Amino acid sequence: MIEKELVIVGAGPAGLCAARIAAEAGCRVLLIDRSPLLGGQLIKQTHKFFGSEQQRAKTRGFRIAEALVADLKPFGDTVEIWQEATVVGAYPDSVLTVWTNGEYRKIHFQSLILAVGAGERSLAFENNDLPGVYGAGAVQTLMNVYGVLPGKEVVMIGSGNIGLIVCYQLIQAGAVVKALVEAAPKIGGYKVHASKLRRLGVPILTRTTVVRALGDSAVKGVVLSGLDENWNPIPGTESEIACDAVCVAVGLSPLYQLAWMLGAEIPYVGELGGMVPLLDENRQTTVSGVFAAGDASGVEEASSAMVGGRLAGLHAARFLGHLHPDHTAIDTECRAQLSSLRGGPFGAKIRAGLKKAEVKVHAR
Amino acid sequence: MRIEQHPILDFPERKPIAFTFEGGPMLGREGDTIAAALHANGISALSESSELHRPRGFYCAIGNCSSCHMVVDGIPNVKTCITPLREGMAVTRQAGKGAYR
Ligand SMILES: Cc1cc2nc3c(=O)[nH]c(=O)nc-3n(C[C@H](O)[C@H](O)[C@H](O)COP(=O)(O)OP(=O)(O)OC[C@H]3O[C@@H](n4cnc5c(N)ncnc54)[C@H](O)[C@@H]3O)c2cc1C
Repeated sequence: MIEKELVIVGAGPAGLCAARIAAEAGCRVLLIDRSPLLGGQLIKQTHKFFGSEQQRAKTRGFRIAEALVADLKPFGDTVEIWQEATVVGAYPDSVLTVWTNGEYRKIHFQSLILAVGAGERSLAFENNDLPGVYGAGAVQTLMNVYGVLPGKEVVMIGSGNIGLIVCYQLIQAGAVVKALVEAAPKIGGYKVHASKLRRLGVPILTRTTVVRALGDSAVKGVVLSGLDENWNPIPGTESEIACDAVCVAVGLSPLYQLAWMLGAEIPYVGELGGMVPLLDENRQTTVSGVFAAGDASGVEEASSAMVGGRLAGLHAARFLGHLHPDHTAIDTECRAQLSSLRGGPFGAKIRAGLKKAEVKVHAR
Repeated sequence: MRIEQHPILDFPERKPIAFTFEGGPMLGREGDTIAAALHANGISALSESSELHRPRGFYCAIGNCSSCHMVVDGIPNVKTCITPLREGMAVTRQAGKGAYR
């Protein structure tokens, strides 16, 4: 059994920010990530971020990842990082099991921050398991991190910001986007992103869905259908588009499994993307000493993941008896940033969801 | 298919890495994951579903969905989407759940 003071699972924006602030407070941190690269979803994001200046908006996502990793450099002695290490089990007696390099390790922690992010959802249609049907984020990883295009002609399903942005990035990488398909009557994401695609001539088909992928061992096309007001396919409106890849961008769901294994309460909160741990105002779950931050506690954005990560790191440190010298100032600042990020009409859904996932169990 | 030109990203030449796929020789590049190297060689079917034996490719590319499991150097259920390619690896398609010998 390996003894650790603070373990952080996930080295995306939430985990990296949590590690930095906890190390500043004097914690000894172990940061674990299953990926060969640090930065979570940021490493594949070539677009300039929206959000506010404090969260490095207008910087390309992968540059933000580099900056957050560089922020940990001064704490090389107290922040240990395991890469290509997957946390496969979590036990209520404060034990994690980790699979790394063909080796199975057991860790006992005093405090834990779950910053594991979210997983891409799938969509039910015939042949949706054919090779060539990918999550939009998966395609983004393949092309922007590894420089490999999964197809020449792509159909995108879903017009949220991820669908829109990945369409644009596919075109930058040299693919043709044959159609962007959206079941709702209008585009889900920001207008600026959609306008860019319109200018490039991408057909945007609203009130349309995919009913079937075509092909035997790989995708050769899709069959689309128009939808009525009740989202039912309209007979006679089926049409076929030839393509060699289909991207599904229908949203993400928080990865709740480790919280569940630990016995934390995890209600379903649709506004936050699925099952999420109940959190108190300091981001502690219903299991004492176990905190959560970032998409793992509700699908939002990298900007709120960074601030939420700082807050979780600050309070995990306090839980361990390491009060950050600027605790109160940082705490106040983080909360102010979060309410401004979640302000306005775009934040309404998140605000409603967070109310449902809030609990005052550990109020001290 | 490798991206040769990109308006924002540079993909400099990287060292070739030799490995085998289904017993035949194949080349990837340093820094590739196994799944990325296979895609660059036009291989998208990585495994076979356990009940209906349908071809499967990866879905998430971040180690969640288990759709990229392959047999690597005799070890089944390797998540090829997050496992770096290494010189000399023997990679084969996985049928079903895989078994340890
Ligand atoms: C296409 C796209 C465009 C986006 N654009 C923007 C934008 O413009 N602005 C913005 O603010 N946000 C944007 N976002 C959202 C943003 O990327 C995410 O909200 C953010 O990355 C979430 O951070 P996180 O740290 O919570 O999780 P992640 O970044 O997902 O990191 C989680 C990490 O945990 C690791 N992990 C998971 N499970 C385990 C385990 N069991 N063991 C070990 N490690 C594990 C993963 O490998 C990963 O590295 C975009 C997202 C996408 C997909």
